[in-house]
Amino acid sequence: MQYEAVIGLEVHVQLKTKTKIFSRVPYSYGAPVNTLTDPVVLSLPGTLPVMNKAAIDKMITMGLMFDCNIAEICKWDRKNYWYPDSPKNYQISQYDQPLCEGGEVEIELPGSSRNVMGEHKTIELTRIHLEEDPGKLSHFRDYSLIDDNRTGVALAELVTEPCLRSSDEAVAFIKALAVSLAAADVSDCDMEKGQMRCDANVSVRPVGDTEFGIRTEMKNLNSTSNVKAAIEYEIRRQVRLCEQGKKAEIVQETRRWNADKGYSISMRSKEDSHDYRYFPDPDLMPVKVDEEWKESLRKLLPEKPYNRQRRYMDDLGLPYTSASVLVQNPELGVFFDEAVRNCGKAKECANFIVNDLMRELGNAAPEGEGSLPLHESKVSSKHIAELVGLIDQGVISKQIAQDIFGDMFLSGDMPAKIVEAKGLKQENNSDELEQICSDAIAGDPVAVEKFKSGNEKAINAFKGPIMKATRGKANPKMVDEILRRLLNQ
Amino acid sequence: MLYQKSATELSELLKGKSISSVELTQAFIERTKQVEPKIQAFLNYDVEDALTQAKKSDERRSKGESLGDLDGIPVGIKDVISVNGSSLTCGSKILKEFVSPYDAHAVEQLKSAGAVLWGRLNMDEFAMGSSTENSAYKTTSNPWNTECIPGGSSGGSAAAVAAGECPLTLGTDTGGSIRQPASLCGVVGLKPTYGLVSRYGMVAYASSLEQIGPLGRSVSDVAMLLKNIAGHDSRDSTSYKIDIPDYTAALKEQKGPWKLGIPKEYFAEGLDSEVADAVKKAIDFYKAQGCEIVDVSLPHTELAIPVYYIVATAEASSNLARYDGVRYSYRSPDATDVVSLYSKSRGEAFGEEVKRRIILGTYVLSSGYYDAYYLRAQKVRTLIRDDFMKAYEQVDAILTPTSPTTAFKLGERKADPLSMYLADIYTISANLAGIPGMSIPCGFNSENLPVGLQLLGKPYGEASLMAIAHAFEQAHDYNKSYPTL
Repeated sequence: MQYEAVIGLEVHVQLKTKTKIFSRVPYSYGAPVNTLTDPVVLSLPGTLPVMNKAAIDKMITMGLMFDCNIAEICKWDRKNYWYPDSPKNYQISQYDQPLCEGGEVEIELPGSSRNVMGEHKTIELTRIHLEEDPGKLSHFRDYSLIDDNRTGVALAELVTEPCLRSSDEAVAFIKALAVSLAAADVSDCDMEKGQMRCDANVSVRPVGDTEFGIRTEMKNLNSTSNVKAAIEYEIRRQVRLCEQGKKAEIVQETRRWNADKGYSISMRSKEDSHDYRYFPDPDLMPVKVDEEWKESLRKLLPEKPYNRQRRYMDDLGLPYTSASVLVQNPELGVFFDEAVRNCGKAKECANFIVNDLMRELGNAAPEGEGSLPLHESKVSSKHIAELVGLIDQGVISKQIAQDIFGDMFLSGDMPAKIVEAKGLKQENNSDELEQICSDAIAGDPVAVEKFKSGNEKAINAFKGPIMKATRGKANPKMVDEILRRLLNQ
Repeated sequence: MLYQKSATELSELLKGKSISSVELTQAFIERTKQVEPKIQAFLNYDVEDALTQAKKSDERRSKGESLGDLDGIPVGIKDVISVNGSSLTCGSKILKEFVSPYDAHAVEQLKSAGAVLWGRLNMDEFAMGSSTENSAYKTTSNPWNTECIPGGSSGGSAAAVAAGECPLTLGTDTGGSIRQPASLCGVVGLKPTYGLVSRYGMVAYASSLEQIGPLGRSVSDVAMLLKNIAGHDSRDSTSYKIDIPDYTAALKEQKGPWKLGIPKEYFAEGLDSEVADAVKKAIDFYKAQGCEIVDVSLPHTELAIPVYYIVATAEASSNLARYDGVRYSYRSPDATDVVSLYSKSRGEAFGEEVKRRIILGTYVLSSGYYDAYYLRAQKVRTLIRDDFMKAYEQVDAILTPTSPTTAFKLGERKADPLSMYLADIYTISANLAGIPGMSIPCGFNSENLPVGLQLLGKPYGEASLMAIAHAFEQAHDYNKSYPTL
């Protein structure tokens, strides 16, 4: 019998607000432990929460980005539970009236190779609600420590419909979410920094069945590779149980993924599930979300990532390999659009950005730290546009442009200035070039013979010595024309 | 004697420079030292600190930089309101070691008005109770008869004023906790409209019901203190944006006659006959002054107590969850894991009444019971508020007894929570409806125990409410009587 997996995801995303959700304490990742607190964050006796409007802004933006229905009222509930990560022993959250309902996220599955675009699908969302992040616990042999820096950070919980069918879809969803939210400046979605965390609900059923199987929940999958591995493990585990006739052993439970050992273990069963005793938080007034508010944020929405990818490929004619790179990093996409706006040459801009700029950014990062962020680079979209312009106007060759890219990246000088200072302007004096070309022809009679007997490629043999003689400044187009004329005489 | 004077009189004396703040603070310190062994209104006080504040006030005044009518006047603070650097026990063992690192909004306001903060006042644990007997620390006595309870939960705040230990105090009122002890101790106490005074820094028991409010010897004292603590505060989302009128000026400007409502439901079974007589005399006074006395009905009155004990305990079960032994509250030395840390710390440090209400509140919020209890109670709460709003279409204020009886004996009701709950039967509705209410002395019973008249007003109608009370007070001298101690 063939089985299929049914997967639903719950993704927590830290919103990129300057201060925490109910206090005025700033938030930044990596601050010394327990320094980002105040009486409100620690919920000392007598303190009260006050809503941070920026968190609702980010939520509405997220809802608009995914075409959710946005509630007219942002209402608050208390979720009561006992755990030391919450100083109040309740979490301020949204229960029966989430700020966003419905909506969808477009995903792209991996293609047959890196250069081939995979299938696109739409994943439906159930809801997105706003809540406060709890603190972070570290457990030791006979004690635990609490860091309240994370306590009270604005957090969105996004829940999908059980409409995913594979680990690849789950990973594609996480990626699409991260790219969209980064583009909208809602969250940096860095899983390593805990800005995005994923729980997965997994069940299996015989292909063709419409009823769901019993699902298990995998908690705190903190990287895309963990998401993939944990889901695959769980599907295998459940399918094996079904195949062995032990379907009854699949129970509704929460499981913890052990990334080091590559398996999951049961944490608690449904019988231990919490009664959260939700009730409306009397300390916070519901906030009205009117059309005007939504409209003001709608105006600032970025282009959806896969709309952008389609535009790059269909309208600008970029290959998938370039378009996908530009889309995966929203900052790079904006940079590319600016460069194209300045010079009108999309493919050329894309090549310099995807190849040369990405390479330099990678080289500039400290050992083991990926890439230098684009906004820290001295190269602006104007540099790229000017560089492409210089080639287009015949001032420099593509080769020279590539040669000076490193200089430009390090110094931040404009390309024209570098070309001028180094005397790299292309040689366009035809008399002088003609002489150099005929010297080159005279110096390689073998190549002349080959060319004349029909080997077109033999012409390239002359170009090396010509470029050497002109120190690379010869206009390749002119050289080609002169050579052909002289050879055909 | 200085300690017998009202805050209004003391303020005038300071203004005229016939006394200094140090002198009058000293007078209250001496009086406190003298009577406190009998009354036990204070959990703690700091003589040196009070005199330092008084000295600063005198210095300001001598330079012509007085901060206003409260500058230099001692004000006592119920131990549920946060003062930076001071203990904040809430009458509970669970916060025995806790020192608060910030000022409540009301305390900030008092400090910037130059008041001399004088001591922390005893209370029922987490403001749960009507006799102050639920304090984990001491039993406060009623200054009029030290074998009687002072009322509660702001029993310390009321007794301190009645005994002349402090001219003004702050209390909190969740179901009558300012008005009932004010009534039983023969002083004036006011619960503001929900939202008038910031709750920032008041330790929460039932967030949607409670307010900080003033207690004093006279209506004008209470007006003076209220003016200084009322007003919007961005740190409390339920704080209302409204211009605060000059309450003191309103006492003179608003002269009536008023239309006053008498709800028949408040004069039913369970009301002590001597209390009823005193309140009826007060009603007759207003009638004689030309006020129109109107019979009104508040038909959902009998539901107030059950609704209150659902809403208040539900909120309390969540609000008090933070006292868990993990961060700053009492931690049991016998805990072996996180669950026993919770259960032992809370089990050892919470009193009986607090536990009872946490259990009740946890129950009413439980899955499957929420709709039947909490949600239903909130709907009835709306009906109770509607009752008042309907009555206010006809009348300016409503007159009732504050409490069905005068002060009862210490220990008398301690073992019977339900009879204790009935002590708040006339005060609870105002908290559910969010309207202002106050209690003023309106007589004594045959045992020389004070009787209180309750005046209930329109939302944010404190100025009129106090003017009505002031008219009664001007014609009577109940608040000029002093207990013999």
